[in-house]
Amino acid sequence: MPEIRWDWLQRHADDIQIMTVQHLEITGLSMALALAVALPVAVAVRNRRVPFAVAAGVADVLYTIPSLALFALLLPYTDIGRTPAVIGLAAYALSMIVRNTVVGLRGVPAVVRDAAVGQGLTPRQVLVRVELPLALPAIMTGVRLATVSTVGIATVAAFVGGGGLGELIWDKGIQREMFLTPILAGTVLTTALAIALDALLAGAQWLLTPWARRGRT
Amino acid sequence: MPGTPATDAPPPGDVRAGTLELRGVTKRYGPTLAVDDLSLTVPAGKVCVLIGPSGCGKTTALRMINRLIEPTAGEILIDGTDVRRRPAARLRREIGYVIQQVGLLPHLTVAQNVATVPRLLGWAKARVGPRVDELLALVGLPPGDYARRYPAELSGGQQQRVGLARALAGDPPLMLMDEPFSAVDPITRERLQTDFLRLHRAVPKTVVFVSHDIDEAVKMADVIAVMRAGRLVQFAPPAELLADPADEFVADFVGADRALKGLALTRLEDLDLPPAPTVRRGEAGGDVRDRVASGTLVPIGGAVLATGDDGHPLRWVPVAAIGDRVEATPGRTEPLLSPVTTLRDALSALFEAGASHGVVVDGAGRAVAVADVATIGGGLAAPAEKAGDA
Repeated sequence: MPEIRWDWLQRHADDIQIMTVQHLEITGLSMALALAVALPVAVAVRNRRVPFAVAAGVADVLYTIPSLALFALLLPYTDIGRTPAVIGLAAYALSMIVRNTVVGLRGVPAVVRDAAVGQGLTPRQVLVRVELPLALPAIMTGVRLATVSTVGIATVAAFVGGGGLGELIWDKGIQREMFLTPILAGTVLTTALAIALDALLAGAQWLLTPWARRGRT
Repeated sequence: MPGTPATDAPPPGDVRAGTLELRGVTKRYGPTLAVDDLSLTVPAGKVCVLIGPSGCGKTTALRMINRLIEPTAGEILIDGTDVRRRPAARLRREIGYVIQQVGLLPHLTVAQNVATVPRLLGWAKARVGPRVDELLALVGLPPGDYARRYPAELSGGQQQRVGLARALAGDPPLMLMDEPFSAVDPITRERLQTDFLRLHRAVPKTVVFVSHDIDEAVKMADVIAVMRAGRLVQFAPPAELLADPADEFVADFVGADRALKGLALTRLEDLDLPPAPTVRRGEAGGDVRDRVASGTLVPIGGAVLATGDDGHPLRWVPVAAIGDRVEATPGRTEPLLSPVTTLRDALSALFEAGASHGVVVDGAGRAVAVADVATIGGGLAAPAEKAGDA
């Protein structure tokens, strides 16, 4: 095991910090875009078999495209930089969010829906006040899975000039005759980010679903 | 309502009840007629039980009233207004809806669940809170203990009480109840039925109640609608239904023991029960003996009922055993009966306790009367009288 060059890390601490923030920004923007697309799609197809199969199928196909190729394919339509990275990462997250959201929405007991409609909630109120809150645990499962995988794949964003910790691993490490220190630092930071974000989301879920932790004793 | 104690009577104008009328209501699914030309009228404030075997169309009929199902033909009127005159969601906010599986919103607290309809109706927050507390108290769930709980923390019976409070919250003139008490155990069911009847006296709504249980129907209904294969086969007050079934199907359905079932039609308060021979704890023994001698206190089997200062029964004390003062520690006075207990339930309670008589207590737990087996048995003649005023 070669020595880690702590002095190099110290000298580049500012750069590393900027890349870490960039990485978080890319991840956050990607998840926001993915949610903005996936939630309405999931809501629209939740009660229909064929449209759901089509939406889930398209999302699955996107998920199977190799990440390098996907970013490259986007380049003719966008400039180099953050945009192709965010679009590509959001595309990857769609499948997990759409599928989990639909599972959650379909898991709302029919009797709860019937009672809600019977009390005089409009279809829109049933969706917003009943179905979405009750689907929240499943939606959060999808968001957490997608976030963790996005943090990892986001390292590839460096190839389309998106910045982030991929830059640390690729530009500073691999391209400099496998200079190990930045490669290791980038890897450790990426993993730490993934774990931290997952824990953060788990905490948010805990706060948002007080009913789920109170059962009959 | 005759016989209702003044304390239970709501302030005038505070209660709304509407007349429900079904005219030739029909629901067709392909070639099948789920409900076939159903016509009936439920007067304001009355309980109508729709009963019949599975698939007879009773639930379909109920769900057409709040437009969860739209009829193929016919019309449904509440206080003379067709239910289709308003958007379905608006209509439903004015119709209480209680179902077997309750269907509380699991992510909302008990208080938030009960507040559902008032909030949909746009009530001010200052009005919703007190209303929720009032209703929880009404259904026997002290708001301090239950308002902030989640449905998953309640028993089935408690959940159904919340369901009832939720349905009443918007003060609807009409309540629809689809087998509301069938999913709970028999003891809880019996208690919920009795509590519902007490509630209904305090707040007389028009109620349409679906049941498959003739005993429940007899107990709850002012009028019973027996359905078979989508058609109404008999529409009559319970006593009439038991005494004079329209055809063999109804006779079979009400069962061979319909004379016994008649016992469920009369309540203890309908009988002329002797007052409880009560003495206060601490009362002078001489006074007690004087009252017995003058006939104003009539011991039962030589014993009188000692009560606390609050009138709650403590135990039976033989007159002969009373010295200077009435001394009594709480003992066995069961079974305790309520004035609204049916003769059938009262007899059952007496047999179960192996007692020849029970103490009737009022809403505050004060001993008011004594019911014994012979008096209750004498009530067998009563159903015919009840038929007149139902």
